[in-house]
Amino acid sequence: MMVKLVSKNFEIPNAHTLEVARNHGRYASLEKLFTMSPDAVTAEVEKSGLRGKGGGGAATGEKWRLIPKNSDKPVYLVINADEGEPGTFKDRQILEFDPHLLLEGIINSSYAIGAHHAYVYVRGEYVFWINRLQDAIDEAYAAGILGENILGHDYALHVTVHKGAGAYICGEKTALLESLEGKRGHPRLKPKGKEPEWFFGNPTVVNNVETIASVPYIINEGYEAYRAYGTAESPGTMLFGISGQVERPGVYELPYGTSMKEVIYTLCGGIKNGKKLKAIIPGGSSVQILRADEIEDITLDYESLKAHGSSLGTGGMIVMDEEVSIPEVMKNLFEFYHHESCGQCTPCREGTGWVDRILAKILAGKGTQEDFKIILDACDMLNGKTICVFAPSVAFIAQSYIQKFREEFEALIK
Amino acid sequence: MSTFLFNQDNEEKFSALLERYPDKSSLMLPSLWMVQYQEGWISLDAMQFVAKKLGCSAMDVYSVASFYSMFLLQPIGTHHIQLCKTLSCMLAGAKTLQEHLQNRLGIKAGETTKDGKFTLSLVECLGSCGTSPCMRLNDDYIENLTLEKLDALLEELSK
Repeated sequence: MMVKLVSKNFEIPNAHTLEVARNHGRYASLEKLFTMSPDAVTAEVEKSGLRGKGGGGAATGEKWRLIPKNSDKPVYLVINADEGEPGTFKDRQILEFDPHLLLEGIINSSYAIGAHHAYVYVRGEYVFWINRLQDAIDEAYAAGILGENILGHDYALHVTVHKGAGAYICGEKTALLESLEGKRGHPRLKPKGKEPEWFFGNPTVVNNVETIASVPYIINEGYEAYRAYGTAESPGTMLFGISGQVERPGVYELPYGTSMKEVIYTLCGGIKNGKKLKAIIPGGSSVQILRADEIEDITLDYESLKAHGSSLGTGGMIVMDEEVSIPEVMKNLFEFYHHESCGQCTPCREGTGWVDRILAKILAGKGTQEDFKIILDACDMLNGKTICVFAPSVAFIAQSYIQKFREEFEALIK
Repeated sequence: MSTFLFNQDNEEKFSALLERYPDKSSLMLPSLWMVQYQEGWISLDAMQFVAKKLGCSAMDVYSVASFYSMFLLQPIGTHHIQLCKTLSCMLAGAKTLQEHLQNRLGIKAGETTKDGKFTLSLVECLGSCGTSPCMRLNDDYIENLTLEKLDALLEELSK
């Protein structure tokens, strides 16, 4: 069931060191890369249909095309390693087991967009992984793989690791850039048309770790090899992280289009302790919850999850058994969202707190029927009235919990 | 005027980092981290020093330092236990671990023991959902936590 394009070297001992990494194919794409024009590299990635794996699923090649050509400003690549979406723990596997794959992808991608400096913004808690990555960078510099004239070619690239400091919102790409510029992580207003991102006013691409780590395979093997996996709209593979109440939680690389049920019952060994499944959050905590009876036909790709009223998100699945209290789950997540709202927009800053307090009231047995209306009103205020997608996502998930498990809330009110 | 100064090591790090960004304001987070590793926390005095270094106001530094939950604006205990409380860890029994820690240490979450040895914080998702429950002890991850594992650890640290 698993297809290891990105995770190929994860189980090879010491694959995080340059020597072992090189013996197992790392940096092999560079010879080919430098025979290609930057435009041809972008075209290859475009044709591969590679989609962003940080949650949004935007087309990577299209993002790269937004960088203006022949600009007199420097271009930057920024890697989003601010992995913080509850249920998501995949990027750290790449940083831990194969950091040179990420660096190889950074070289490929920077070359394509004309960047000579790339920043990797890693969440502050990931100290071990930051050190891992820095060691790999130091080794790469010493071997002439980074720096001026990479491997003797007329191309220079520098990579700098930037440590975050514990703000979930910095995983939102414009908040990340604000943070990288030394400010509070407040998301920026979206432009009306399509534009690149801007780092100190310079055109910039922001991509997730796993997205960039998928590029070397595409350059090495060609876009058709990548498209041989997955579905037409979701080509290739993704690292799916499964946590919660399954027998074998972990990160599994699977082609898009794999049956969700098969993953949970075969790969992950089914629900822990022989219990029954109650619900699954399929793509990190910010996507709508699914009831056990909804997953029958779901396949792990953007189309299928969308058709079932949820999203593929980060591919971080949280599995819950029959004994879990959904109101408690919702309360847990609202504490999270209330804490992590950046505070810039009033509806989000206040709305997440209101819902959290009402849930506390319901769980304390003091809820009334009126509370449903207040929660749904708050959702209406959260949706579409803020700068970033944090609040709308929170509104959608709140609605899904109340609609799909209303009887559990009702039982607490009576 | 601030009395705080970077030590030699941090001065060198700061100068090296200046070369790596298009604008020195990017050094805000790195500078605050250097202060915190040097002092254990970030004082108003140190913020004034950072402001001078970066050519911004002390209020700009305070605004940033107070936004990020990992920056400590007051001193804490030697061993900082950061227990993850978010969903996957909750499903794996984080609440039980929290109660156990509170009982053993005799403090509530957010507090420091009287001897200054332990600070207990509840934190949001650490990204260890597949190896939950999880906590950080200062900068180290401790995963697949059990009560026994926690007891052995506290025993070791109390020595």
